[in-house]
Amino acid sequence: MFTAEVKITLKKVVADPQGQTIKHALESLGYKNLKEVRIGKLVNLKLEAKDQAEAEVKVKEMCQKLLANPIIEEFSYNLQ
Amino acid sequence: MKFGVVVFPGSNCDQDCFQVIDKVIKQPVEYIWHKNIKLDSFDCLVLPGGFSYGDYLRTGAIARFSPIMSAVIDFADRGGLVIGICNGFQILLEAGLLPGAMLRNKNLHFICKYVELKVENTDTPFTARYKKGQIVRIPIAHNEGNYFIDEAGLKELKKNNQIIFRYHKENPNGALDDIAGIVNKKGNVLGMMPHPERSSEMELGSTDGRLVFESIVDRLKK
Repeated sequence: MFTAEVKITLKKVVADPQGQTIKHALESLGYKNLKEVRIGKLVNLKLEAKDQAEAEVKVKEMCQKLLANPIIEEFSYNLQ
Repeated sequence: MKFGVVVFPGSNCDQDCFQVIDKVIKQPVEYIWHKNIKLDSFDCLVLPGGFSYGDYLRTGAIARFSPIMSAVIDFADRGGLVIGICNGFQILLEAGLLPGAMLRNKNLHFICKYVELKVENTDTPFTARYKKGQIVRIPIAHNEGNYFIDEAGLKELKKNNQIIFRYHKENPNGALDDIAGIVNKKGNVLGMMPHPERSSEMELGSTDGRLVFESIVDRLKK
């Protein structure tokens, strides 16, 4: 059994109004040195595969097909 | 001539579209459940607004893999007319039938109100009844209508006159280049965030949206 933690974030070129709002909120709490806040999604997967390489192929495929939209998002994953 | 209104789990403007086609423009129309894949008898498909699959993950991302969608893609490839309204537009984007993607509204609010649109291109099966440059009142109701496409994509849209509707004077959601509706390169697939079916009867405050449906009827009668 493998577990994958998939992180999906908006591309840098895409504005993130949620992140900006959170940044303002943190600043109003006194955290003045913030350079940037970006928000994203976390998807935890558990999957069966015969080895790490096969699991990675599957996870990558799932990201490309459904979990992330390549026009506006990028993804990364941690597979164990 | 027959219209089909595709119903996904979570569609909620399907009955409005059906009502306008059946009672206002008086044309044959049927609902098509998203598991149906036989579309041979239809001439125009409507993907209505709503919250297909609860808008989980991204708007339209899951509906895009409904069984009917590969049939819709074949239908469009054969030249059939497809119109996606609001969530229907979002599904067409996710399916790759139209270029670009939707982001959350810039102000992070769900916006439900009448807006003014400028009709940019009347040389399409969906807008032939409008006058080029005409300003129309059609309502929007969405949380993700902030249209995005990369620079090369925008250039391509402009070059091919694929931008059909633009928000006029006020851009409600942050959409790139004020884009409210686009067609594919071939011109037989339209996606628009505003709801023409909600502005087809005077009781609802405007009949400006009706011309979309009447333009389609004109085209199908040819």
